[in-house]
Amino acid sequence: MRTTAAAALAAAVLLAACSEKPQDMAHSKRKSDVPAWQGANNAYVEPGWKVGDAASWEKQVNTRAQAQNEYARINAGAR
Amino acid sequence: MARMKFICDSERCIECNGCVTACKAEHNVPWGVNRRRVVTLGDGLPGEKSISVACMHCSDAPCMAVCPVDCFYRTDDGVVLHDKDVCIGCGYCSYACPFGAPQFPSNGTFGMRGKMDKCTFCAGGPEANGTAAENEKYGRNRLAEGKLPACAEMCATKALLGGDGDVVADIFRTRVLTRNKGSEVWGWGTAYGKPAGGAKK
Repeated sequence: MRTTAAAALAAAVLLAACSEKPQDMAHSKRKSDVPAWQGANNAYVEPGWKVGDAASWEKQVNTRAQAQNEYARINAGAR
Repeated sequence: MARMKFICDSERCIECNGCVTACKAEHNVPWGVNRRRVVTLGDGLPGEKSISVACMHCSDAPCMAVCPVDCFYRTDDGVVLHDKDVCIGCGYCSYACPFGAPQFPSNGTFGMRGKMDKCTFCAGGPEANGTAAENEKYGRNRLAEGKLPACAEMCATKALLGGDGDVVADIFRTRVLTRNKGSEVWGWGTAYGKPAGGAKK
């Protein structure tokens, strides 16, 4: 019994390097991504837009981009 | 559909490297890797100009064309991203990129070249948006949070603009019309001057 177990262990150790990683195309193909408008799975999502709505997301990023336009910010403040 | 682009206004960039710092902090970019950097021409001379450079998310990206394992993809918003699980770290993209955007972390005992790392326009990678797995490999996914790239949003002088190409082009156009100069953004003319008369092309 002990000899059999020792033989099995030795075989397992010796043959451990004989395994091979799959090399077919399915394993070397890049994963698919989901669009940004699907939202992030965390607590840092900006409020003010509807997660999962592409038009709402686009409006959100375009509105946010206007924060880079100081002409618009200054004029908005002057009003 | 949005088409995400960066524009750097060389009339405004003051070479503060705030964009570089913001990027490194936001994405925990490892030592030795700079997804974004500031390039200065004529440093120390009157009229020196600086711009902030990272991946330009090319419409016809050379990195995508040369990648032997096809690890790159372009999102619907025009952001060029890659799958690090497929990347073999060969460096072809680095040779093909005219901006030097692809970076390779050197780690391990022999300074082995790791998987390619580059600017993601703060859009993460193919892992689920906003997850720890995505954050660990690609950094934060700000676009999926309804935000814009940290480098552009943090720019103190608003030299670096990021967002939908049409929107940032409008912002830049308003600036140029208001100040009445500096329309050339960055290109051959800005970098090398106008060709001399009679010079062979």
